[in-house]
Order: sequence, then structure tokens, then C-alpha cells
Amino acid sequence: MMDFDEALEQFDPALGLEVHVELNTATKMFCGCPAAFGGEPNTHVCPTCLGLPGSMPVVNGKAVESAIRIGLALNCSIAEWCRFARKNYFYPDMPKNFQTSQYDEPIAFDGYLDVDVEGETFRVEIERAHMEEDTGKSTHVGGTTGRIHGAEYSLVDYNRAGIPLIEIVTRPIVGAGVKAPLVARAYVQQLRDLILALGVSEARMDQGNLRADVNLSLAPKGSDRLGTRSETKNVNSFRSVERAVRYEISRHAAILAAGDAVVQETRHWHEDTGITTSGREKSDAEDYRYFPEPDLVPVAPSAQWVEELRGTLPENPTAKRARLQAEWGFSDLEMRDTVGAGALGLVEETITAGAAPQAARKWWLSELARRANEEGVELSDLAITPAQVARIQALVDEGKVNDKLARQVFDGVLAGEGEPDAVVEARGLAIVSDDGALSAAVDDAIAANPDVAEKIRGGKVAAAGALIGAVMKQMRGQADAGRVRELILEKLGAGEG
Amino acid sequence: MSDITRDEVAHLADLARIDLSEAEIDKLAPQLAVILEAIDSIADVATDDIPPTSHAVPLTNVFREDVVRPGLTAEQALAGAPATEDQRFLVPRILGED
Ligand SMILES: [Zn+2]
Repeated sequence: MMDFDEALEQFDPALGLEVHVELNTATKMFCGCPAAFGGEPNTHVCPTCLGLPGSMPVVNGKAVESAIRIGLALNCSIAEWCRFARKNYFYPDMPKNFQTSQYDEPIAFDGYLDVDVEGETFRVEIERAHMEEDTGKSTHVGGTTGRIHGAEYSLVDYNRAGIPLIEIVTRPIVGAGVKAPLVARAYVQQLRDLILALGVSEARMDQGNLRADVNLSLAPKGSDRLGTRSETKNVNSFRSVERAVRYEISRHAAILAAGDAVVQETRHWHEDTGITTSGREKSDAEDYRYFPEPDLVPVAPSAQWVEELRGTLPENPTAKRARLQAEWGFSDLEMRDTVGAGALGLVEETITAGAAPQAARKWWLSELARRANEEGVELSDLAITPAQVARIQALVDEGKVNDKLARQVFDGVLAGEGEPDAVVEARGLAIVSDDGALSAAVDDAIAANPDVAEKIRGGKVAAAGALIGAVMKQMRGQADAGRVRELILEKLGAGEG
Repeated sequence: MSDITRDEVAHLADLARIDLSEAEIDKLAPQLAVILEAIDSIADVATDDIPPTSHAVPLTNVFREDVVRPGLTAEQALAGAPATEDQRFLVPRILGED
């Protein structure tokens, strides 16, 4: 491994990203089985997705519509005519012994996504977006838990086999230099935002709705050819995309600096240790013998249909970021941090749900970002919704809780104790606004601290802090400090001067 | 006559997971060459104004409504499986790949 900065003094990285998006259609790509996540094993299956003899696939029109909308949102051209193809391989995750995909005729091609990287716009060119189907899920039994090596046998559930997938492939991304890991992360994050805005997928990385493969190669600085690449599979969080790129840059650099050759291979990403390990070497066994799928007729979207779908696109992401920043009054730095944390959509939804922009930003980027970081998950994977965050802020605005108590409300919601109001109720977190109870606590504090009380009577208003502290302690923090101060000064006949 | 080498036959057999003996490869190579030759003869009659045909019917855009239809129960799905466990298909150890 070579130090990252040193590696980038000697080499230029070229990135390639392949992102698979599982669509949220009601049914699978080629049959009427439910495309819902999970389910009891082998209950979302039929003769078609099990590849039984005599079954015939029929294309899900809604999936084609989603594919075209994704293509248009990525500024792609849409094929006037394209076909599905069989990708032939023998592996039990596809019972047909081929995956129905697209080969040299993708539905969408030649597009781009403008990505915001630390306030700068970086254009990522899209080579293609094509339609295909997901595979079944294998569980390896025996040997080291869950790993294929040493397994005695495997168990396969075909519920996922046939769920519509869109694979989005970038052209080699060059010129990012030291920012390559950030560009990779920002691209996947902002692609996910776009997919969510389109409403075509749940796009949850933790559930595998959105999966990224990271291709990386290095070339000697200033050289215009590409080096040999590695392909790191299934990197399943934004953070991991960034880390995997960093790791591979350091690994390739060390190999090349030693005068050795990088092996073209697939690699596995290990989330726990943050490293990649060798998978399968690319060889002629990767000869998929693609040919046009004879059981599915070509897809030829009319210009009219494509234009109709263009009319349904969400706002262009770059324009949207600029508009939101102006609306929210965020500084460039605040906006950059929000985008960088993958919190733009969350903050937007929180504001839509009624929170003030700065409050929405504060909770997601401090309190919740800290917790996500501690748990090693993405912000969007936290068990709290923007509407709940907005409600907690509303409780603060209404004076029912203060910021300190609000943190305990976050604890409760994240622990699955229910909605914010229910957590406040169950945990007894509401600020005591009943002047009777407060007044009694203030009297107690004055009685217990006669010296301090005397000073305040004598005009030393600053000494009130000690009494406020005592009252807050007695009220277990559930009092409005401002009101406590008022009461103390009132009782001791000391005005604010 | 189209050529198909012994190496190509061995490679295709490997991709198709068919275990061929040397004698079988010797026998199959010329047979496959004859089949390829027959297919090549199509190229002789095709002219520039005839596009390559992949489908027998001149249809496009045959789509299905995105509506769930009943499929198989797990029992039915697994009925033909040689081996099952935990309501899943049990398949032999997967070797040499990841
Ligand atoms: Zn099915």
C-alpha cells in the first residue's frame, strides 16, 4: 500500500462506476410476480422467473417507462429501437442459466450527471443505462459462515430473481485526481437523490436497492492511456464507495511503483476492515455469448411517449440545488456540507414538513450525523423520518422541550419508542411550564442558598446563574431556564436594571 | 468450408459445461463446421436491403400491465427440485467461482 497523497503525486486515477438500481414496480421485469423486498423464501415465483420449460416472458411496461425516465434525467439519448439479450452463464442464482439483459442496444446512452463536489461542479459522463433483471439470493452453508469458499452447499431463494434492474454505467472519469474518492461518493449520492426524486426506486443501499461497483485504474501522471483496472463489487454505502476508491488507489500505486502489473480482476469490498480482496480473475470464462432474446420483441419507444415522459421529470439537480440554497438562505459552506453529507433530500423533506431551514440543517448535520457515524450507517438509514425531525423541532419551538431534552426525544424515536410526542409523554420529558411547580422549586433554591440570594437582592444579578442551576437540577432539566430566571429575579426584587 | 478449430470446440464445451473427450472433439469439430457453413449460406442470399432478423414476428412494444398475478406456492415451486432445505433450493457446492 502506498500513501494516498504520494500515490496521487505519481499517478492519475481513472474511475468507472456501475450502479444497479432495483425499480419499485409492483411486479417483476418479465412476469407478474410481486417485486416486493423479502417475503418467505420462494413465494414470489412462477414458471417464468423459475425458468421452467414452456414459460414465456412479457416485458413490464412500467419498468420500461422508469428506464426511459432515468435515461432522460441523466441527459441520455433514448434508443428508438432496442432489444433484450441473453447473457449466458452457469450459476444457480439464475435458474434459466442466463440473465435477460441488454447488450449492445441499451435503452438509454450518451448522457451525463453534473455532480457537486465540495461546491464545484464535476460532469460525470454516462455511457449507458440498460434494463435487466435481478438474480436470486444464495445462502452458503458450512465452512466459514456465509462465504462461498469452503461452503458445503448453497440454498437459493428466487424471490429476487427477475426484479427489474437498471444498470447505469459511466464512462471513465478522469481528471479528478486527489478528489477521485469524493467524486465517486458524490456521484453515487447524487444519483440516488435523482432516483428518489424520480420515484422509481426505494434506492436503499442497505437493502440492496442501489448497489455500486467501483472500477479503478491508474496511469503514470501525464500519460493519456488507461491502466489495467480492478472492479470492486457491491460497495453498499456512500462512505464505502469513497473508502474503496482510496484503498484501490493506494493498492494499485504500490503494485505499479514496484514495477509489477495490476491484475484485471473483480475484488470484494470488506466493510469491517475497509480493504478489498481478490475475487475472480477476468478470463475467457467471462464469455457470456450474448444473443438477442428471441422470446421478447424489441422495444421501440415512440418520440411522443419519450416527450410525454420528459414532461414528468423532476427539476434538474443543479438548478434545484441553486434554488434551494437561495430559498433556505444557506451559505455556500452550509450548502456544501449538506450536499456532502448526503442530507440534501432529508433536509428538504424536513423543511417541507414545517421546520425552519437552519433547524433542519442543524439536526441532520450535527446530532443525527454524529449518531449515523457512530453506528457506521448512512443518515438515510437512521430509524427516523424527516417528518419526525420536524415534529421534534416543533416541540422545541412550542417550548415543550429544550434542545437538551430534544436529544432524548431523538434517542427515543431512534430506539423505536414511537412518534416524538409519544416519546415525550412516555419518558416524561416535557418542560414544566406550570408556574406553581417552578415557583416551589425556586423557593427551595433560594432557601437552600441564602448567601447567593442576598447577593442578588443586593443587585448582583449575575449570581442568579447558581440558583438557576439548582432549580434546573431539581426539575431534572425539564424547565425553561429563561422563565426560571424571571421567577428568581421577581422573588428577590432584583430587576434586570 | 467454415473453419472451427478443435480449440474453439473445447472452449465452447467448457463454457457450456459439457465434458468432451478428445475423440468427441475430433468428431464434433467437422460437424459444427458443416452447420456453420449452412448458416453462412444465408449470407449469400441476403442483400444490403434486408436487415438482419432476430425475431420471427414484426412486432415491437408488447408490454404487460404492472399488476401482480398469482404465481406458484413454495411447495409447487420446490416440487421438482432434487433437494431442498429451509424452503430453498439446495444446490451443490459452487467451485472455482465467487
Ligand atoms: Zn415470476
